[in-house]
Amino acid sequence: MIKLGVPSKGRLMEKTFQWFEKRGITLSRTGSDREYAGAVDGIDGVSLVLLSAGETPRELAAGRIHLGVTGTDLIHEKLPLWEQQVEPMAEMGFGYADLVLAVPQGWIDVDLTDDLDAAAAAFRAAHGFRLRIATKYHRLVRDFLREAGVADYALVDSQGATEGTVANETAEAIADITSSGETLRANHLKILSDGLILASQATLWRSRVAEVTDADRAVLATLLDRLGAD
Amino acid sequence: MTLARQRAHALRDSFVAAGAQAVEPPILQPADLLLDLYGEDIRARAYVTSDALRGEQMLRPDFTVPVVQMHMSNGAEPARYTYAGEVFRRQEEDPDRANEYLQVGYEVFDRTDPAAADAEVFALIADAISTLSLRAATGDIGVLMAAVDGLDTSERRKAALRRHIWRPRRFRALLDRFSGRSDVPETRAALLAGEAQTDAPLTGLRSQAEIDARIAALHADAAEPPLSGAQMDCFDALLNVRETLPFALAQMHNLCVDLPAIRPAVKRVDARAEALSARGVDVDNLEFEASFGRTSMEYYDGFVFGFYAEQRPDLPPIASGGRYDALTRRLGSGQEIPAVGAVIRPGLLVELEATP
Repeated sequence: MIKLGVPSKGRLMEKTFQWFEKRGITLSRTGSDREYAGAVDGIDGVSLVLLSAGETPRELAAGRIHLGVTGTDLIHEKLPLWEQQVEPMAEMGFGYADLVLAVPQGWIDVDLTDDLDAAAAAFRAAHGFRLRIATKYHRLVRDFLREAGVADYALVDSQGATEGTVANETAEAIADITSSGETLRANHLKILSDGLILASQATLWRSRVAEVTDADRAVLATLLDRLGAD
Repeated sequence: MTLARQRAHALRDSFVAAGAQAVEPPILQPADLLLDLYGEDIRARAYVTSDALRGEQMLRPDFTVPVVQMHMSNGAEPARYTYAGEVFRRQEEDPDRANEYLQVGYEVFDRTDPAAADAEVFALIADAISTLSLRAATGDIGVLMAAVDGLDTSERRKAALRRHIWRPRRFRALLDRFSGRSDVPETRAALLAGEAQTDAPLTGLRSQAEIDARIAALHADAAEPPLSGAQMDCFDALLNVRETLPFALAQMHNLCVDLPAIRPAVKRVDARAEALSARGVDVDNLEFEASFGRTSMEYYDGFVFGFYAEQRPDLPPIASGGRYDALTRRLGSGQEIPAVGAVIRPGLLVELEATP
């Protein structure tokens, strides 16, 4: 049996269901609204696993599901060496979100990571601690800033309402997901000109480690063919 | 007991016999200090955990910082320390690299004769791993620092270069900018022309005064003449020095004519070469590379060295070390003591000895 992991709720689930529907595969939740069980119609040998988008990378990497739908950002953040564990099969054209580095609009002297580095050095000298950047994407942000040659910063963990941390003075800058940039603007933040860390969208992934029988392999090939994703 | 552990203890015992005091810093180290010293690079490499009482702790990613701390708070001078134990490094890129491995170290705190102390550590380590034929590489971060100090430019530019000496790419970008080889970014030009404005209220801790100070600094920097082509050529020549030690010294002495500021640092390399020779090291065949050590830990600020297995380029250095006077300044709250040390990885040693 091929296990397909999809988002268990919200717009991401609806969009995923529509995307499969367009390709002749009907996904549905079964039982009550609160029960996380689902069904696949239009192809035999595939079962549905409803997951939070955040858990999908781990399930794919562990081989507990064969296919899964989740954002590029989550795969890159949660799976080191992700290329060895999963393979992107199709970009699905929704769930667009960019991971960006943003600073207060009032910082008219800061437009590039280069400026951020200089500001961080001066900030540390003036305040006695490193310039704080609030994020939940620690690995991606750290790699990006190392690549950009930014020093004298510290990441502070923020699992939600990250845009508010600057006004609350628990961080000086943020790195977060944005789709339209409206929340950033409402919080008087601006994206650095070279501050795009990752462009993400909902993507169908195949686990490279999940076990497959010969029958599974045939089902997988048919499914991917139907999805136009082989 | 595993072979690696037996070897680690034997090496430590040999360092005790050489006059070092054996020490055993705790495995759990307060994270705030290490993070403040090294920033996010160390967090990326260290396992961080926490409890409600002591806050964030790290599984020790190396021994040097705890040994320096211990020495600065209650050590008598001069002192020599040795230790053997596990260090822990997160490995997220390469699954073949160990995330827990043994290190044996030897650290010298002695202000009488730095060149002799450098040679003592190098010779002791070289001797301890002489069962293998490894390639030794050496360098000196102090020469690069002196070259930056001697550039004919503003103190602010020198500070920026010193800060990025361990990030070669960033360092190069700064040099290009300060010498006028790269263009001023558009937004920077607009800012300098007074065209950058905003109606947004300023949020956060970074104050308007800090922003104004940076803009003033950018104006001052824009008025600064570019680094001369001649100085840049000398600087590039220095970065490219890679020879056996006598030839490297000859090249650096030649460069002293145009970069006189590096003379004291080059003289220290002279003195070290003599001290190494006196210890029986074959300096005529010892490699010296001016850029060596620039991508390793930020605390080395003088002599740096590493021993590599040439037939195994996949392996990290089997032993490595260097001088870290600046670290003792940072941790000594006002005091400092010249310090030099090195570590061996006994696990790699026994692995390589077992391969024909």
